[in-house]
Amino acid sequence: MPLRRTLIALACLSLALPVYADTVQDASRSLRQGQHTQALEQIDRYLAGKPKDAQGRFLKGTILAEMGRNPEALSIFTKLSEDYPELPEPYNNLAVIYAQQKQYDKAKQSLEQAIRTHPSYATAHENLGDLYARLASQAYGKALQLDASNASAQNKLALIRDLITPTGKPGSKPASEPSKAVALPAATPVAPPTPTIIATAPATKPVEPVKAPEPVKIETKPEPKVEPKPEPKVEPKPGADVTAEVSKAIEAWASAWTRKDVKAYLARYAKDFKTPGGETRANWESERNKRINKPGKISVDVDNIKVSVDAADQATARFRQNYKSASLSSSTTKTLVLVKREGKWLIQQERVGG
Amino acid sequence: MRKLAIPAGLGILFASYFFGSEVLGNKLTQSAETAAHAALPVLTNASPEAQLAEVFARIERNQLDAAMQQAEALTQAYPNFRLGHLVKGDLLMSRVQPISDLGSPAKAPQDKLADLREEAQARINAHRSKPPTNSIPRYLVQMQPEQKFAVVVDANRSRLYLYENAGGTPKFVTDYYITQGKLGAEKSREGDKKTPVGVYQVVGNLPIQKLGDFYGSGAFPINYPNDYDKRLGRNGHGIWLHGTPSDTYSRPPKASDGCVVLSNPDLNKLAPYLQVGLTPVIITQSVEWLTKDEWQNEKKSMLDAIDSWRKDWESRDGDRYASHYSRQFNADGTDYQSWTEQKRKVNAGKNWISVGTEKLTLFRYPGKDDMMVVTFKQDYKSNNLTNVMMKRQYWLREDGRWKIIYEGAA
Repeated sequence: MPLRRTLIALACLSLALPVYADTVQDASRSLRQGQHTQALEQIDRYLAGKPKDAQGRFLKGTILAEMGRNPEALSIFTKLSEDYPELPEPYNNLAVIYAQQKQYDKAKQSLEQAIRTHPSYATAHENLGDLYARLASQAYGKALQLDASNASAQNKLALIRDLITPTGKPGSKPASEPSKAVALPAATPVAPPTPTIIATAPATKPVEPVKAPEPVKIETKPEPKVEPKPEPKVEPKPGADVTAEVSKAIEAWASAWTRKDVKAYLARYAKDFKTPGGETRANWESERNKRINKPGKISVDVDNIKVSVDAADQATARFRQNYKSASLSSSTTKTLVLVKREGKWLIQQERVGG
Repeated sequence: MRKLAIPAGLGILFASYFFGSEVLGNKLTQSAETAAHAALPVLTNASPEAQLAEVFARIERNQLDAAMQQAEALTQAYPNFRLGHLVKGDLLMSRVQPISDLGSPAKAPQDKLADLREEAQARINAHRSKPPTNSIPRYLVQMQPEQKFAVVVDANRSRLYLYENAGGTPKFVTDYYITQGKLGAEKSREGDKKTPVGVYQVVGNLPIQKLGDFYGSGAFPINYPNDYDKRLGRNGHGIWLHGTPSDTYSRPPKASDGCVVLSNPDLNKLAPYLQVGLTPVIITQSVEWLTKDEWQNEKKSMLDAIDSWRKDWESRDGDRYASHYSRQFNADGTDYQSWTEQKRKVNAGKNWISVGTEKLTLFRYPGKDDMMVVTFKQDYKSNNLTNVMMKRQYWLREDGRWKIIYEGAA
């Protein structure tokens, strides 16, 4: 295993070379703009020079999947998952395609594989939750002889759409994926992925933050900060109050989320908030809006907030986030980096895990 | 006399569902758990009920992956078994959100869900508490040797028990889940959607070709209304034991128009035991069970009462004979007064009488009253008349004494 990790790390490091990165990002941008053919051409050009490159292959698979060329996409993701069994993303995208093909058992296996390799991979958790709900809905339909016209059946269809929607998500973030994959083994060098999970799984205490609640992608790749910084008006408050202020800000954020007050919720994020996967602020906001406004109640409460003050206007908060919605219930550890802007503590980074 | 102990309700089971979902945090990594632990073997050849019970047992032990595997096997083997799909749905759903009761689909039709929950309750209760081995349903007092088997239906428990006539002592063979009338038991009127309570027998075996899909794999009519029902003015007709339509494995506990409905595989297994014109079908709200000693004592007191009636008839003493008849006696319009007067006259004209009671069958009647129904071949001989007939009597215990309330040809 260590050998393989090193190899990935090398492969991914090479991505940092500007000439290649530009090309992958070009293809990625074309994909996001819906220009699939162009994206495919760009990635093919890139791969011509680096046929083994994981990031490029992943993006190509995603482009093909988006184009509906499932068999080709399947073969790319399958090969990727064989070459890099510790990467969760290929498994996730395999699952999305399997689900489209109504091969739910395979989809389930793939997602479980994704989670085994990366227990806090939010998208896979979310997809798996949707998949279970979809399968449950199917079983309930058989149990109760629900016909296609009633409300439950419609709900079922919404779940499918939801499961399929994430196809775009991996597509929109491949730039961040490989670097994340590098970060993963490095961050947990002593924990062989699978045995770790086995060791914790049979625990009966419901404390494991295994399931990530929301599509908050793990933040790893800093984006160039293009936002103009507001004038640094540092409040002359004593540092001891920071903990209280930050806690208050976090509680207000959770409360806005619970109320499904999207405006208030988004207002809790700093202008230079590092969106997951580096997507545009507008895209991210619209995604959040869609998520939060899904039918059904949401409840988010936080406890055990620990604040460390990094600077007069920056703090890092770690806490337990208990999330409950119509389709998901989870308890996770969350980390927020907050910055103080015009007297308000705003979220600049958000990630699952400590 | 005892009632079957009702096992702890499904509440506990559902509590375990809830508990199961509390460990949700671990739920998503269960495939890892499965990989680590040798998977529990899945019951495959067992009945759907046994498989369902196994699913529940695994849920209770919090072996949710193993429960899921069993649920998969169950729904694959019996794709029409709706309850299997419901539990499978719950097991899947418990990975997404907490489950607090059996069947938690959003916006489910509550009536259908309630039906499935009742079926689950009935099946699991029955599966977990088979009749006590040393006990006998109170109703099966005496069968004639030709009656090889008897059927006892417990409406409250949605259960049919098959008993073998083992040298005069009833011996438990097997039991099946059944569906009763939509509105329960104690039928009294045509169209009341209730299942009759009483002592009946199988009186027919309708060929499957003549039945619609609704009746499944067969139908065995029983003789409702019997003499006693008619005496009480009960009416209605067409009460059968029958199978299940092809779109479902089983029907809810209360769903028929009064018939006793079995799943097709169960009816097919039961059918060879049913003898038309012979097999008793005793339907009760709730079976009363006797220990073998209690059963022996009750049987003796009943047979003694019958024998005493026989001897008193042979004595030709009008008072002794009449003492066995209830003031409530009524046989096809003949009341106590005219019956006993008529018998006094006849008996007075005889020099001798001999009465034999052969092939005697005796069943305690289900219900609140202490009642028995006896059927026998009456071999009557006197100085000037010989007559052999099948006779049936209903006896009611009044103030501690068994008395006849109905007598007639069977």
